Amino acid sequence: MKKDLLGIKQLNEEEILNILTTASSFKDVLQRDIKKVPALRGKTVVNLFFEPSTRTRTSFELAEKRLSTDVLNFSIPTSSVVKGESLLDTVKTMQSYGADYIVIRHQCSGVPHRLSRFVKGSVINAGDGINEHPTQALLDAFTIKEKKGEIKGLNIAIIGDIVHSRVARSNTLCLLKLGANIRYIAPATLLPNYIPQEIKTFYNIDEGIKDADVIMALRVQKERMDKAFFPSEREYFKLYGLTPDRLQKADSQAIVMHPGPMNRGIEISSDVADSNQSVILDQVTNGIAVRMAVLYLFGGNDNG
Amino acid sequence: MDNSLLVYNGHIVDPIQDIDGIGSILIEKGKIKEIYQGKIKKPVNKNLTVIDVSGCYILPGLIDMHTHLREPGYEHKETIHTGTKAAIHGGFTSLCCMPNTLPINDNATVTSFIIRKAYQEGFCKVYPIGAITKGQQGQELAEMGLMREAGAVAFSDDGKPVMNSLVMRRALEYSKTIDCPIISHAEDINLSANGLMNEGELSYRLGLAGIPKESEEIMVARDVLLAKLTKGRLHIAHVSTKKSVSIIRRAKEEGVMITAETCPHYFSLTEDAIKDYDTNAKVNPPLRTLEDVEAIKDGLKDGTIDVIATDHAPHHKDEKLLEFDKAPFGISGLETAVSLSLKIVKEGVLSISDIVLKMSVNPSAILKLNAGNLKVGSDADLTILNTEKEFILTEDEIFSKGKNTPLLGSKLTGKALFTIVRGKVYNND
Amino acid sequence: MQKELLNKKDIDRIISRIAHEIIEKNKGIDDLCLVGIQRGGVHLAKRLSEKIKDIEGSSIPVGTLDITLYRDDINIKKPHPIVRRTEIPFDITDKKVVLVDDVLFTGRSIRAALDALMDIGRPSQIQLAVLVDRGHRELPIRADYVGKNIPTARAENIEVLLQEDGLKDSVIIESR
Repeated sequence: MKKDLLGIKQLNEEEILNILTTASSFKDVLQRDIKKVPALRGKTVVNLFFEPSTRTRTSFELAEKRLSTDVLNFSIPTSSVVKGESLLDTVKTMQSYGADYIVIRHQCSGVPHRLSRFVKGSVINAGDGINEHPTQALLDAFTIKEKKGEIKGLNIAIIGDIVHSRVARSNTLCLLKLGANIRYIAPATLLPNYIPQEIKTFYNIDEGIKDADVIMALRVQKERMDKAFFPSEREYFKLYGLTPDRLQKADSQAIVMHPGPMNRGIEISSDVADSNQSVILDQVTNGIAVRMAVLYLFGGNDNG
Repeated sequence: MDNSLLVYNGHIVDPIQDIDGIGSILIEKGKIKEIYQGKIKKPVNKNLTVIDVSGCYILPGLIDMHTHLREPGYEHKETIHTGTKAAIHGGFTSLCCMPNTLPINDNATVTSFIIRKAYQEGFCKVYPIGAITKGQQGQELAEMGLMREAGAVAFSDDGKPVMNSLVMRRALEYSKTIDCPIISHAEDINLSANGLMNEGELSYRLGLAGIPKESEEIMVARDVLLAKLTKGRLHIAHVSTKKSVSIIRRAKEEGVMITAETCPHYFSLTEDAIKDYDTNAKVNPPLRTLEDVEAIKDGLKDGTIDVIATDHAPHHKDEKLLEFDKAPFGISGLETAVSLSLKIVKEGVLSISDIVLKMSVNPSAILKLNAGNLKVGSDADLTILNTEKEFILTEDEIFSKGKNTPLLGSKLTGKALFTIVRGKVYNND
Repeated sequence: MQKELLNKKDIDRIISRIAHEIIEKNKGIDDLCLVGIQRGGVHLAKRLSEKIKDIEGSSIPVGTLDITLYRDDINIKKPHPIVRRTEIPFDITDKKVVLVDDVLFTGRSIRAALDALMDIGRPSQIQLAVLVDRGHRELPIRADYVGKNIPTARAENIEVLLQEDGLKDSVIIESR
């Protein structure tokens, strides 16, 4: 494996499958009474979060602890960075703490890529701007594989704010590499101007969802509304909300996914979120196993 | 003190006087005293300094009509001292500095300050460009007349557009009164919407917010229409897209009196220079695609684009080390402009004579600087070019404080060996 | 240079003998289970269990154990070794666990295996069966059942080839 996990873009199919296979061993560990292994004992991980995040940070932290690493958490609101310390200073400080891994989330695209050139340890991208969120895509792929067996040939519908979603972007890259058929369902304002040609797009959810094996609802960022991407939450739910009626149009065995946190009643109805087709909570559990696999595999590089 | 100087045996190119051949130029008291066309015998005279420039071109001093000197206010990025030094090093004998300083050059006091400071510690000639609107806010006209009297040669809110069309109309009308061009930073900032690079497949791949080409083109079109309406003097800065070129071409065909400039990076680089988020390639307008680069070259070739200017935008290293979103826009350009322009001469897009037109004659004419030629009696502002000289662009090769260029580390060909300002010789080798 | 130390017949005889020893030492097969260490030990554990079934008439549970995550050289090894499955589909708490491995060498793998087992449950006893003991222990560990003691030089390499991996059963020694 490489030194850093910067994005799905930098991985090939074989590497992705290796991560997923390793993750299933870690999932076994998580099902034991003692959910911890000494694999990365003595390693130091810094979680550097420049953007508020509870789920991803907690998931990483649990993964790190279950691998017996020492964990340092830095949640840095942008304000203190504005004070004068540059991002690079912050990261060099982390380096001086002896960090073997820097797990970084930042609101600006490309930050992990640039930092990886300055730090010796492994840089793991926990979400950068609107660019990528590779561990989310990996855990989604893991969950799909777990539920559906094979990803190749599955019809996967991604619904919602695709243009601003790093989750959609990483998932698209990942699932295309694994041979899935992807559809985007969104109003035109929330679709990127450039879309890979393998992807079908639908403005109408009822058409787009037909025969889908996997449905991924994306979180609607309320702040987008102010910038005129769509008129109102009410209208959005009416036109794009995932409801039981709409779910019926998908394959009867379809699974429903959401990266969380959900806006119930906006992009997804409670009936669907809590239905037995929903695998949203499996995604959370699998996230820990996948992140353990990522830390384990990317730690074994020559520069670490 | 005032020894005579003979710039000996170079290839003189002066389209105004229709000179294009071997010759020598005698300089006395900072003025051009005599031009000797053809080969002459190397004189031996104690009171005559001879610079042998065999194999080089002797051109009227190059003029950069679009520089950011940053002083006053942003001296950590550049000063009048360092910026003019970089200009000399890049082969420019004159430059025009944009008003987005701190305070903004929107009044005669700041204009006078810049002129005085440039006189005291500058190396080349400096012509300030005043702001069109107070505080570059795009609302009220700045005191353009008073700035004109203080020495401003043009007006621009560069860095920002004048979004309000009525204000732009008034500025263009007023420009006739003071006989000064209005330089348009053509950008619809609402449409740019905090974009960071050219919008397209690459911006999608990098996950960076895009700036559509239309953001520039809409404003180019608007300003062309306003120029037609007002018959004011419009100059369009840093043209970067194919469509902008065609809008300007069409306007010129229809007889609208406008001029336009582009910058070396728009005919040398594409958005690919951003690679893995290289902030040194973050510039506004953004680097575009190959198609645009070709169109810019066509525009230069057919005269649609009158001027090559640098848009030299130096920034401190720490600023460019910031996140791609937060790093400021701009490329340090004074010291690469000659090499990049010579590259398209090699490609056959332009001739050396065209280079003189676009980097000296036309800027001088647009700004009425009384330069751009080698007429006897005029200031001895000369640029001596060696078109074959190769060098690797390292930070040490850049005299500007701003080392921010995506060309760092690349091999460039062609350099101004000597820059002569009012008879004073600077050896750049 | 290669030399065959054990052939198929030898290995069969050893499996048979160890199976008898396990039964004898544990006075039957009550509360007994086998856990093979990935990878060589897994096949041997299965062979032992079959042999035990032949002798006793009933089978005992067999699991597989991957010790990668418990190794003490993980931080030295780059890239990190592949993690294989641990599959112990039965409770080992209060059971007598016989760990099975192909070659006993430094003892470090067994140390890792002991830790791994302890994280999975609390056996009443852990015993160790190996096909070959080649010496050079670095930890105070010994086997309860040894197929064959083979004195070796440190630089020599012992390869256990098994037909489950598509090879001919044999143990060979290689001098480097």
